[in-house]
Amino acid sequence: MGVTYELLLRTFPALARWPSWVVIAIVTGLPALACFTFMALGPLVYVYGERKISAFMQDRLGPMRVGPVGLLQTVADTVKLLFKEAIFPRGVDRRLFVLAPLLVNVGAFMPFVVIPWGARLQPADLNVGVFYVVAIASLSTVGLIMAGWASNNKYALFGAMRSAAQIVSYEIPAVIVLLVPVMIVGSLSLHDITEAQRGGLQSWFLFRYFPIMPVAFLVFFVAGLAETNRAPFDIPEAESELVAGFHTEYSGFFFAMFFMAEYTEMFVFSSVATVLFLGGYQAPLPALQQLGPLPMGWFWLWAKAWLLIFVMMWLRWTLPRSRVDQLMHIAWKVLLPIALALVVVVGGLILLPATAGGFPWDRWVGWPLTIGLVGFLLFVMLRAFRWNRRRAQELAA
Amino acid sequence: MAASETVVNDWDARANDADDMDEMVLNMGPQHPATHGVLRVELRTDGEIVKAARPHIGYLHRCFEKHCENVDYPGVMPYADRMDYCAAMGNTLGFALTVEKLCGIQVSPYVDTVRVVMAELQRIASHAVAVGTYTMDIGAFTPFLHLLRDREKILDLFEWTCGARLLYNYNWVGGVSHDLPDGFIRATRDLLREFDAVTYPELLDLIIHNRIFVKRLAHVGVCSPELAISHDLTGPNLRGSGVARDLRKDTPYCGYETYDFEVCVGQGQYGPKGSCFDRNWVRVVEMRESSRILHQALDRLEKMEKADVHEKVPKRVKPPKGEVYFRTEAPRGQLGYYLVSDGNINPYRVKVKSPCFTAMSAFHHLAKGMMIADIIALIGSLDIVLGEIDR
Repeated sequence: MGVTYELLLRTFPALARWPSWVVIAIVTGLPALACFTFMALGPLVYVYGERKISAFMQDRLGPMRVGPVGLLQTVADTVKLLFKEAIFPRGVDRRLFVLAPLLVNVGAFMPFVVIPWGARLQPADLNVGVFYVVAIASLSTVGLIMAGWASNNKYALFGAMRSAAQIVSYEIPAVIVLLVPVMIVGSLSLHDITEAQRGGLQSWFLFRYFPIMPVAFLVFFVAGLAETNRAPFDIPEAESELVAGFHTEYSGFFFAMFFMAEYTEMFVFSSVATVLFLGGYQAPLPALQQLGPLPMGWFWLWAKAWLLIFVMMWLRWTLPRSRVDQLMHIAWKVLLPIALALVVVVGGLILLPATAGGFPWDRWVGWPLTIGLVGFLLFVMLRAFRWNRRRAQELAA
Repeated sequence: MAASETVVNDWDARANDADDMDEMVLNMGPQHPATHGVLRVELRTDGEIVKAARPHIGYLHRCFEKHCENVDYPGVMPYADRMDYCAAMGNTLGFALTVEKLCGIQVSPYVDTVRVVMAELQRIASHAVAVGTYTMDIGAFTPFLHLLRDREKILDLFEWTCGARLLYNYNWVGGVSHDLPDGFIRATRDLLREFDAVTYPELLDLIIHNRIFVKRLAHVGVCSPELAISHDLTGPNLRGSGVARDLRKDTPYCGYETYDFEVCVGQGQYGPKGSCFDRNWVRVVEMRESSRILHQALDRLEKMEKADVHEKVPKRVKPPKGEVYFRTEAPRGQLGYYLVSDGNINPYRVKVKSPCFTAMSAFHHLAKGMMIADIIALIGSLDIVLGEIDR
């Protein structure tokens, strides 16, 4: 029955006497409810974060009026979207038109089932976890094509065709590279993969086989950017070309659902990347895994996923958009060969007894690299900040 | 050119081809985020490839030229402002110079220098919008906002001088509406210092030499010098093809011959000369050259005695009977005014030769065989303002 059952039993001993179907309904329903709430409310945070981060990069304030520092802006926007009329243009296929955003959301939300938030904090530890994530996430492609087709709009159709081509292409390098951590662990379960990275930052898969796994991470990250339609690969909804791509004709709540799915996908992708390469819920220092009586696994997964989300937003507000053919070029001629080479190389290294557990220097690169990278970023930001202040003073003088 | 005629007829030839069922007609615009106004482009597409493109203009036609016949000469100024709303100073400068040529008015060197300052500030502001919106067309949002932030500072200067931020009615026949306020020169120097030290290098770093940006543009929309000249492309579009033609050098006005600046032409750093990248590159470099001109003009203004900017403004502008054509280098290219006067206080006829209108004529040549994303890049690189095309 799992963790939920044990926890509930500890609080309500009477549960043991209830009919088993009620117990199963409760035990499966509660985590599902928790997950769903988290996911449904998540986009409020992501959208606010995106708006603030983009504002920070663009030298403006971002939302400031609704609530303190604009915190309630996305809530207000959501309420507005919920109450807006959902317009069905003439000529749309109504059934598909309504079904499409639902399907997209299914693809975005379902992977949460297997994402481990702690050693025992996982809605379901499927033994095909990674496979499940890949398979379910592809469902949203069907939704996107459906939306584009049902809209009876040429721009939407273009967006849908682009997204289909893009997601299908990028799924291949992503899945192949995903095999690398799976090969190292020998399990598809996300829980097992996380547990294999126990023991602090230096044992994360990002630093295993040192120069090799960072490349794998990069390939996976780039493919993930494309799969979540983020810049520089946001061509299915390239607003300057296709107006809004596949959701051109959507309004009100249905539009909000596409929006929600997009941001949820971003979080799902980030947390899967975190589990596969950045140690999932493992803290960078083993001592930080537990804060007194409070297990901190959920925090670390969340923090690392947010770090990746931040990088994605950073890229989006910095880089221009790629073109369709260039996008395909990157997928098939750059990422795919790299991914295949990685599988072969890492597979070979695992087979060799000397390097089965990683290179000998693996334990020593993690911390210096991380500290160096973070230090460099801080240094650059500090310099920019100081320089900005000096310029402000100069201009004021 | 024989080749061009076959392309013109290409559209109808394709339309009759019943065998070709793979094509889809896509109407891009008039309401589209990236057509820079109400341009409508009819695309005949095969998947992502554009087989033929046909621009439709006229959605913003406001009969300005006809209006001008019914108002007096100073009354034409606001209409000239509203043609190219991104570069209003350049438009009114052109019209003022045209009428002055017809009336035989010679303004003082002080007014000339003030006009140069305003025109070049406007050029920077206009190119900032052009380059900024262009980066947005290519998908990068941040440079657009950075450039608009810096344009705001120029607009602040304009507002300080004449009270308006977009449509100034600043250049008058025989002078300008307001003298420069005290402290204007210093404020402009501050702005230019920031532009030279921050905005310009940041722009190059952030977007112009960005690998994705270059890859998107360097081989797209290549316009040969012959095509550019035969379709009367002017301004940055022509210079992007490598033809060093700039009216400020060739037929100087307002004393441009006394300033030291270079005519920027496309270099073709990353691909064939005359690509979208080159056209955009010329605009970027021109901002720097404008800044150079401004520095010189400000130096002169500091040494110069302040003069009455209304000294030569006639009480009633009533040119003699006759006709005149005068052209200036507006930010978007050669802006020509053809003016017929019957000796009345209203012009008998005003005809504007707009740089964007002629740029549009080369569109279908360049657009053929492109991908849809490149169409956006092409429209942006021609830097059209629909207000000026349709007038």
